[in-house]
Amino acid sequence: MFDFLDLEQYDLFGAFWTTVQLTFYSAVGSLIWGTVLAAMRVSPVPVMRAFGTAYVNIFRNTPLTLIIVFCSLGLNQTLGMKMFTDGSDPSQTGFRLAVLGFIVYTSTFVCESLRSGINTVPVGQAEAARALGLPFTQVIGLIVLPQAFRAVVAPLANVLIALTKNTTVASVIGVAEASLLMKEMIENEAQLIPIALLFALGFIILTLPTGLILGWVANRVAVKR
Amino acid sequence: MNVRKTTALAASVLALSLSATACGSDDGGDSGDGGDGITIGIKFDQPGLGLKTPDGDYTGFDVDVARYVAEQLGYEEDQISFEEAPSAERENLLKRGDVDFIVASYSITDERKESVSFAGPYLLAHQDLLMRAGETISSTDEINDLTLCSVTGSTSAQNVKNDFAPDAALNEFGTYSECLTGLENGQVDALTTDDSILAGYAAQEANQGKFELAGLELSDENYGIGIAKDDTELQGQINDALTEMVESGAWDQAIEDNFGPAGYEAEPAPEITEGA
Repeated sequence: MFDFLDLEQYDLFGAFWTTVQLTFYSAVGSLIWGTVLAAMRVSPVPVMRAFGTAYVNIFRNTPLTLIIVFCSLGLNQTLGMKMFTDGSDPSQTGFRLAVLGFIVYTSTFVCESLRSGINTVPVGQAEAARALGLPFTQVIGLIVLPQAFRAVVAPLANVLIALTKNTTVASVIGVAEASLLMKEMIENEAQLIPIALLFALGFIILTLPTGLILGWVANRVAVKR
Repeated sequence: MNVRKTTALAASVLALSLSATACGSDDGGDSGDGGDGITIGIKFDQPGLGLKTPDGDYTGFDVDVARYVAEQLGYEEDQISFEEAPSAERENLLKRGDVDFIVASYSITDERKESVSFAGPYLLAHQDLLMRAGETISSTDEINDLTLCSVTGSTSAQNVKNDFAPDAALNEFGTYSECLTGLENGQVDALTTDDSILAGYAAQEANQGKFELAGLELSDENYGIGIAKDDTELQGQINDALTEMVESGAWDQAIEDNFGPAGYEAEPAPEITEGA
């Protein structure tokens, strides 16, 4: 059934490695930017709250394909943004543009997960911290966020799994990840179903352990109230 | 109060989506090889070859060939229905019998022949470059210095990477139209795929005079008519129809009609090799 699989012609592992790299950089970026956004959304400064709310509602509700294509057609092709590459290797530029797009999009989901985690922290804790004279940055950084993170490991695992699968969208701007290779193989080998099954299997191999491991971690670290 | 509003909203959304799907399932009814009609797979998005116009008509060289063949097989104009055949779907459409045959810039290759059969070929295309008018190049060595654009995963994109221009910067996009934007803006130097497809874009009314084909023959693509595997009877009938089309001059007329404005010099009609 898998006789079309010629590993010398098709760099299957290289393609999935690109998928893993895309996922990794986007996940790290989204976690950082998502945390900042969540802090903004619960901050006492109205303009920050307004910005956080507007950002999340705009980008969470925009189709990911649109964001990724805009990164390429808008930022790169029209504005000439090269993302710190010399532009001679479009797939390198495309990779970084894709990571940017994924961070812009995924951070909104990280932010909303975190915000639900913040809601699990009893208000009394923040009040107590304030009563001790801690400024907002310390209240959120030392008291609230550590507990919030421990509460939302499982939802963040969902976001990570969704991100892993979303990286297939990067193929529309030519990033050589798994789904681009899949298109190539279907084009050449004319066997849609076995090839699609193979790549589905690849993604299950990537995402199943993520869910299991982070599910276990979630149980371990959750704050028992 | 609030709960009731929400329920009403949800109910109306549900009703709407149900009625929408009900509408959707109406069309696409009599596909397959029913006795009194024929279903042909074409591209809906390739100007010059197979294009569905906004008013629901179909134009292009592939469409002309499909109509001619269908007429030779004994079908009237109103018995022909066209179905979209995206590249990745073509084999499955034939295997399931959703279409009787496919005329959709379908290159004859050995791998494809393992799952489907072909009639024809009816057109010999070459991979080529489409560049801004007045900027064309004359030799293949110069391609390595260019920024190219093609469709993600397509044979043309793979040829660039593996064969004739491994050093060229290659942008890959979902559709050729996205490449055209970059070509017009100067972000890419050339769009590369089969010359027949390129000529279709160059011949579009909005693009006339803007772009030019470089005329490099980078590969040979024999477009065939895809049919179900080992249907030798249909293969013979289609081959006869194609021969008739060339002999009657309708083939040359179709080339002229669809590619004329691009100044594209098509190869003479190729000799029929499949099933011969």
